[in-house]
Amino acid sequence: MKVTVQLPGALRELARGERAVVVEVDEPATVGTLLDALARQLPAVERRVRDETGTLRRHVNVFVGDANVRDGAGLAEPLSDDAEVRVIPAISGG
Amino acid sequence: MIGTRKGLWLAHSDDDRRSWKLDGPHFFMQEIAACAIDTRAGAVRLLAGARSEHWGPSVFHSDDLGSTWTETDGGAVRFPPQADAAVRAIWQLRPDSAARPNVLWAGSEPSALWRSDDRGQTFALVEGLWDHPHRPTWQPGGGGLAIHTVLPDPTDESRVLVAMSTGGVYVTDDGGTSWRPSNTGIKAYFLPDPWPEYGQCLHKVARDAAESRRLFAQNHHGVYRSDDSGESWTSIADGLPSDFGFPMVTHPSRAGTAWVTPLVADGERIPPEGALRVWRTTDAGESWASVSSGLPDSGFFVAVMRDAFTADDVEDSAGLYLGARDGSVYASPDEGENWSEVTRHLPDVLCVRAATLP
Repeated sequence: MKVTVQLPGALRELARGERAVVVEVDEPATVGTLLDALARQLPAVERRVRDETGTLRRHVNVFVGDANVRDGAGLAEPLSDDAEVRVIPAISGG
Repeated sequence: MIGTRKGLWLAHSDDDRRSWKLDGPHFFMQEIAACAIDTRAGAVRLLAGARSEHWGPSVFHSDDLGSTWTETDGGAVRFPPQADAAVRAIWQLRPDSAARPNVLWAGSEPSALWRSDDRGQTFALVEGLWDHPHRPTWQPGGGGLAIHTVLPDPTDESRVLVAMSTGGVYVTDDGGTSWRPSNTGIKAYFLPDPWPEYGQCLHKVARDAAESRRLFAQNHHGVYRSDDSGESWTSIADGLPSDFGFPMVTHPSRAGTAWVTPLVADGERIPPEGALRVWRTTDAGESWASVSSGLPDSGFFVAVMRDAFTADDVEDSAGLYLGARDGSVYASPDEGENWSEVTRHLPDVLCVRAATLP
């Protein structure tokens, strides 16, 4: 299935300027398998979302719909065919 | 190159280092804790170790003096899956000798050494050090657990020295396959046994350019010299106002000449009496003298970090450059005799590197 991933401004340059990318992912899909597919398609984007152990970076959040996956099943969060996925940097820093 | 907590600035001088023009920020809002100017083989390459608080670390290089930057595919420095670890930051980028123009080293947090054989395009983990049985017992210093010093031996390709906080000095004699601690004579006052085999909190080690077996070290309390490639160390702190500090800088060509910037103490990390002072030895640490004309005489209550003090490559009158945590940068065109301000109000300065360009 195809999932659209909305990107924040900081990552768009690495996605040819696109605000969103469409990622083809096998069913059944999770956030983790979606990011695996993103790593093949846009590796420079994916490695900014997850580190090399596959862990979501501390100050990066992934939302499915309105829900932060950290509050749900994390990378195991299942994705439906019409899922809306957003990568949003946390409000942090100084 | 001036790396800060929130970006990289480039400064250049066209009048023999008397005045400077700044360009930046590059990598705005990214921490630049490591940078390098690689002038080997007649080609200039700038390298920057960048870390976004959100998006993680990466290594970039520029072959056009910073007009454009290239990130290596894969982010350049990444642990292999079996390491089960993630790079938090690049703490050191170090070109090898002119005889090995494609070799370049990186030190990272967590403490790991990386070797590039293509001038920083790609890096491979030096597994011999990563797999060292001591590694699980290395403890993070205040800034994190990182390799901040990489000193390839200019006369022996198989020998490399690294230093980390904490852990201390380790050396390899076989090109990185095996490593051993090399801290004899360096004190770790904060441990029950203050003279351990390893576990010291080295802050910086620098090699004497003229006598390759001679090394100088700024320790977490303690200033040392080794005359035998790090096999043993002797205190050279007498004559300094304090044995605490972070940088250690050596002359690009002259034997026995080094500079430090003392801070009061571990628990009081400001220059003595609030005066920024650089101290120089020209006799390998037998004596020290302040060379600080033009540096702030009072009200200076910030530190100079371990890589924020450097020398350029002008052999007969080395230039010195230092940046501080208040974002000020100072330069001396005459080995520290006279200083002037290059800029102020940058973010915290973490690293400075300088070179003459063809």
